[in-house]
Amino acid sequence: MPSSVVLVTGVGGELGGRLLARLGTNPEFERVLGVDTTPPAERVLRRLGRAEFVRADIRNPLIARILEDAGVDTVVHAATTCHPAAPARRGTLKEVNVIGTMRLLAACQRSESVRKLVVKSTAAVYGAGPRSPAVFTEDSDLIPDSWDGHAKDAVEMEGYVRGLARRRPDLTITLARFANVIGPEVDTVLARYFALPVVPTVLGYDARLQLLHSSDALTVLEMATLEDKPGVFNVGSDGVLTLSQAVRRAGRIELPVPRALIPSVAKMLRGARLVDFSQDQVRLLNYGRVVDTTRLKEVFGYRPRWTTAAAFDDYVRGRGLRPVVDGEQLAAMAGRVVTAAATGQVR
Amino acid sequence: MTTSVEARVIPLRPRVAKAPEVELPAEADPVSSAVTFLRNRLTGEYAVDEFGFDPELTEKVLLPPLRLLYEKWFRVSVTGIDNVPKDGGALIVCNHSGTLPLDAVMTAVAVHDEHPARRHLRMLGADLLFRTPLLGTLARKTGQTLACAADAERLLSSGELVGVWPEGFKGIGKPFSARYKLQRFGRGGFVSAALRTGVPIIPCAIVGAEEIYPKIADLKPLARLLGLPYFPVTPFFPLLGPLGAIPLPTKWTIEFGAPIATDSVDPDDVDDPMLIFSLTDQIRESIQQSLYRRLAERESVFKG
Repeated sequence: MPSSVVLVTGVGGELGGRLLARLGTNPEFERVLGVDTTPPAERVLRRLGRAEFVRADIRNPLIARILEDAGVDTVVHAATTCHPAAPARRGTLKEVNVIGTMRLLAACQRSESVRKLVVKSTAAVYGAGPRSPAVFTEDSDLIPDSWDGHAKDAVEMEGYVRGLARRRPDLTITLARFANVIGPEVDTVLARYFALPVVPTVLGYDARLQLLHSSDALTVLEMATLEDKPGVFNVGSDGVLTLSQAVRRAGRIELPVPRALIPSVAKMLRGARLVDFSQDQVRLLNYGRVVDTTRLKEVFGYRPRWTTAAAFDDYVRGRGLRPVVDGEQLAAMAGRVVTAAATGQVR
Repeated sequence: MTTSVEARVIPLRPRVAKAPEVELPAEADPVSSAVTFLRNRLTGEYAVDEFGFDPELTEKVLLPPLRLLYEKWFRVSVTGIDNVPKDGGALIVCNHSGTLPLDAVMTAVAVHDEHPARRHLRMLGADLLFRTPLLGTLARKTGQTLACAADAERLLSSGELVGVWPEGFKGIGKPFSARYKLQRFGRGGFVSAALRTGVPIIPCAIVGAEEIYPKIADLKPLARLLGLPYFPVTPFFPLLGPLGAIPLPTKWTIEFGAPIATDSVDPDDVDDPMLIFSLTDQIRESIQQSLYRRLAERESVFKG
């Protein structure tokens, strides 16, 4: 049975808002509702189509009423933020991530109309460390990097989703674990990080980064809403960039900081309200994380259109990041020096 | 020439067309390949795989100095390289020794330089390696990954050549008196990885590495303090400081033995612990025998 009444949470966020607009212009749906405490961005509001925005808090029992009254059959939970872009109050985020999810899932469990649930999660649930495998499959252990961070929230959230799946086996539940999302428009922690003119990295570590272009992320959520794709799926682009490689591609200056000084740098960046340099984030920049997307390609049936490198380049172009150091120029200069040194001739 | 439009410029020294120009032809030229390499590095235009392996960096920067050590210092001679398949996954199992894992590094050089397909050996290392700054990153960039079932099986099933040193710290940190006596082979995880992926296991015996740093004592309290598995004392280290870290120039031989096929094993038996233990013992015995044979043939530690 295809979905006809869809409810999207977290539409105040970039991804949620754009998903709402996409679904709103799709004639297959009878009704598309978006809820959040903050309205979607102006440019999203202009393109909403038939989608409606309801200002509601998923932490509030009112959400059950909305589900009931509208006869929602498909819930897309895109409200969780596991990598807040800007330094945010930890308490508030945890409330939305954990308590909000609990409330929403409780409402879904009670509701008779709901038959499908799509949950956006994060690959951060796997953690990142010296003992982690290089590539995580969906069956890998979930070992978040810190016991009070956002990744831990995501693990708890997934626990509630599993609980719901147990209690309501008739629901079609899709759990998508996203790699770090990047794109020209979305404001994520990595987007802010690479926009810093001098990018602090951890001395002696060069993490592997796997990214996900925001348009691929959006398509996956949309596909899961349109079709029934039950299961847990890692969602990430093909290919890997190392942190130092990404810094060079963006034309930034890398500043390796000894690990002992990282907490002070993190505090500074948080204090300046530039980037949320949380412990999860530091672990990611130490060890990196790559997820296996075979299941996404073969079972879910989607092959991300952007590779990690292409997604990153699109972000750099789209954001209009002017290189602080021009790699091309530097390379040309270095090339001349090497040639001159080797041949004794100056061109 | 923009100048010719406005006014005629007569050069003081007439240029000979093209001749002094420095041509940058294709790859063969070391200068142009260095320039290409630099450009790729500075613009981030290079590829790494999902394990972090950077073939360009490995071949152009890291292998050349190691090759020097391989050819001039340890004068490694290799036998049985034909036992290493030209393509497809295979698991190379070696004896571990030498306080620092130079045996692993030299085996990787041997496989790359002596094998006709110039294959890269992807080795499995301890988590201590990946926790260490610089070393961990270097290990990833040269294609190494964590010794765990998931990574091993992933590499093997994607057709890579994987190297394991199942003795682990027990082997690399064994005292000089225990040289060439194979330690326990872990829990046989490498055998089960090979069985699951159906790749051949190639026993490999390395002679010469066990004498490079004769470990005569172990400062356990210092090791605990530094979080290391052992703190070696050799006749020269820490007595001579950094000079003591120079390995003795022993003559090495690396022997790749006949492959042991695993694809004939019934898929139901892949998890049979008895089978895994017996295969583990068989491989251990085969390496031990090769070691003894090589040692009996060897006349001098330094001349071979």
